[in-house]
Amino acid sequence: MRITCPHCGDRDRREFYYMGAEDYLHRPAEGAAPEAWNDYLHLRDNPAGVTRDLWYHEQGCSAWLLVTRNTVTHEILGVRAVDGEAAE
Amino acid sequence: MPSLIATPALQGLTPVTHGSLTLAEATPARLTSVAPFRGQAEAVGRALDPLGLRFPAANAVIEGAGGRIVWTGPGQAFLLDADPAPLAGLAALTDQSDGWVGLRLSGAGCEEVLARLIPIDLRPQVFGPGTAARAPLGHMLSVVMRRAEGIEILVFRSMARTAVHEITVAMAALAARQAG
Repeated sequence: MRITCPHCGDRDRREFYYMGAEDYLHRPAEGAAPEAWNDYLHLRDNPAGVTRDLWYHEQGCSAWLLVTRNTVTHEILGVRAVDGEAAE
Repeated sequence: MPSLIATPALQGLTPVTHGSLTLAEATPARLTSVAPFRGQAEAVGRALDPLGLRFPAANAVIEGAGGRIVWTGPGQAFLLDADPAPLAGLAALTDQSDGWVGLRLSGAGCEEVLARLIPIDLRPQVFGPGTAARAPLGHMLSVVMRRAEGIEILVFRSMARTAVHEITVAMAALAARQAG
């Protein structure tokens, strides 16, 4: 499995650290309902198919990446950097 | 303040020669991490101009009369062998001179040695003058740069002995194959 880092190019996936679901980019606003925090912290889909998650290029440029991939075929469908997206 | 005895991390470890290949120390005299503040990218470029430098594009290293600057990640570069004073107030500056060591591998076949450790294409037609990369050396983080004399690698100072060991094992293996 290989991931094309938008900064470094095509690299082995062992250079990357897996963080988890894209949901981590959607932090509830301050004062959000407890249900929203519960969803953010604990509820995850577990799709057989296309999923989007966060990877960290720890052995390369240290960028956080949003990777679209297929959990069934292991195909990588898209990669983009997320700089600033989670900022307010 | 007491005067402490400074011990170079690579003392007694370099240079190493196997056949046509030489591994030598190439630690920059000064190393500063430069991360331009939001909206200050152009001002940082102007401040670097007197050194004959500019902020590097991804995977680039620029050599000027007053030092070098190498891309190390989005929004970050390392200024080597130069005084970062002109950048004060324009970028987050961190003196990391004590945190890194530099190694230079030169001689015919240096790309083949590093191909055993660094999983990117370092052949001159791909990784030529002005090119740099963030890539693993074995399991170590590194900054890899092409120079006229060969390929230079920055690794954490704490990894100096391991880095030299890994590279010299690869050098010896390749030199043995060339001799046979």
